[in-house]
Amino acid sequence: MSVGAAMSSQPVFVETSNPNIAVIANRQRIQDIFFHRVTQGFSLLVLAALMGIIISLFINAWPTFQKFGFNFIWRVEWDIINEEFGAAIAIVGTLASAGIALLIAVPLAFGIALFLTETCPVWLRRPLGIAVELLAAVPSIIYGMFGLFVFAPLFADYFQVPVQNLLGSLPLVGFLFGGSTNGFGILAAGIVLAFMVLPFVAAVMRDVFEIVPPILRESAYGLGCTTWEVVRRVVLPYTQKGVIGGIMLGLGRALGETMAVTFVIGNANRMPTSLFSPGTSIASVLANEFGEAADFHLSTLFALGFLLFVITFIVLSAAKILMLRAEKAKGF
Amino acid sequence: MEFNQQRYKRRQRSNAIGLTLSMGAMVLGLFVLIWILSVLFAKGFSALDWNMFTQSTPAPGTEGGGLANAIVGSLMMVGFSVLVSTPIGVFAGLYLAEYGDESKTAELTRFVTDIMLSAPSIVLGLFVYAIAVATVGNFSGWAGSLALSLIAVPVVVRTTENMLRLVPGSLREAAFALGAPRWKVATLVTLRAARSGVMTGLLLAVARISGETAPLLFTALNNQFFSTNMGAPMSNLPVVIFQFAMSPYDNWIRLAWGGALIITLSVLALNVIARVFFREKSAV
Repeated sequence: MSVGAAMSSQPVFVETSNPNIAVIANRQRIQDIFFHRVTQGFSLLVLAALMGIIISLFINAWPTFQKFGFNFIWRVEWDIINEEFGAAIAIVGTLASAGIALLIAVPLAFGIALFLTETCPVWLRRPLGIAVELLAAVPSIIYGMFGLFVFAPLFADYFQVPVQNLLGSLPLVGFLFGGSTNGFGILAAGIVLAFMVLPFVAAVMRDVFEIVPPILRESAYGLGCTTWEVVRRVVLPYTQKGVIGGIMLGLGRALGETMAVTFVIGNANRMPTSLFSPGTSIASVLANEFGEAADFHLSTLFALGFLLFVITFIVLSAAKILMLRAEKAKGF
Repeated sequence: MEFNQQRYKRRQRSNAIGLTLSMGAMVLGLFVLIWILSVLFAKGFSALDWNMFTQSTPAPGTEGGGLANAIVGSLMMVGFSVLVSTPIGVFAGLYLAEYGDESKTAELTRFVTDIMLSAPSIVLGLFVYAIAVATVGNFSGWAGSLALSLIAVPVVVRTTENMLRLVPGSLREAAFALGAPRWKVATLVTLRAARSGVMTGLLLAVARISGETAPLLFTALNNQFFSTNMGAPMSNLPVVIFQFAMSPYDNWIRLAWGGALIITLSVLALNVIARVFFREKSAV
């Protein structure tokens, strides 16, 4: 009774009346500070890892940057014996295969997201959503093997040969379809990559489509819009930032992918001249040559890795910033 | 009432075309999933036999052989990286969920974690090569584990944070009202309530790193023989699949398909278990 009365009027008095409480409170405060610092330390490890990656790659790449300077990016040579290196071939291969992948994956992902959020019957949404997520879970080396053994032969017989016969002799675009038709090359790698990044992009698009307030959507339907018009004129503009963020996320994945590309890109250190010609990407140069590299060659490979990391870092940061903004827009 | 019949038709037509194409995209996506899985099952199951689990990888040109060394190597490396990345990931996730709204460090960490989540895994392999292989002088299972941990930690951090945030605020407030200190609330109340979610994150992280090939190429390398020595080059399924699939030997390619089937089945099973696990626990 007396404690209860004291609690309401003079809490300080009660705390000091029992010396243990002060001790406990003090101990808990110290424990709390300790807990704060320990967990903070663990989360700082992640930051430290990022800094470590950038610094260690740069240090190991330094001999190459020192020798070639910024020209390293534009140089086309790749001569291991004479130690003349340039990143241009690998960069072109990386950008071209990732670009093709996005050209194919983005419309498909949009279609899947539209289907899952608008037209799909409710009972099918969950299983289909899981199927898309399972497609994302398949390890990339499986996509690579599938591309090598199953896709490439079919692609050569049923796409490259007919298309080359049909378009190969056209004046302006013909050169794009020239070269060998063995199923490997930039385009084949782009297509395999497309199906690898498709589930990532589709999942993000579906998630942002779902945050559109129902009232907006229903108002549009109420005005007599068709489903297509609702998606095209209401949902898409509303979720613009999130959609672009999802596309950039897919781009980041596609740029850095090793296995799905290495199996089908052809691994040739030549500048690709057509969509069918074999090329190479930064990641596949690393996968193929790192094992046998030494000294200066090694440092060049580190330089390529550094470039790849910087490129994907910029793309992924942009994706993240756009998606954060999309999330904020959800607020109203 | 005036009614522009032509315009109405056109709108309906574009709607029909758009929706049909979208359904087509869904069908194509499903078709690819089923195609990949059916090829994998057909080629993988015909390659599976008992020797695959009892014998080590064959030398070039020899018959038979299995994947025992690669399976054990993969399990050991994945196991160790789970041991390393679980405490780091869970504590970092706790920090982001507990103190994440009030500090700039937490915001930066969250941003960096999200980027590391999609960072090219081959570059992480390069990094680990630089710090753990070049300095020591030989490839090792430890280096492979470290590279896998770098991939697993961001997955664990983000799922832990998300799951902790799903815990109702009233639960934490009730604990605070009883006078519990912050660290007790975080570990004994919030973390415990989010236990199944955190487990889900761990399972997803294991699924993610089990199939990773690129970071192991320069770290664990490969080993033709059976070895449980983490200080030496270590055989592992993804790298064996990569090397064998590119080889000219028929029995190597057969083993590669068998290995691919083992990896895919375990990864998909982990994903399904994680989903079921989370749904059952969170439904209660």
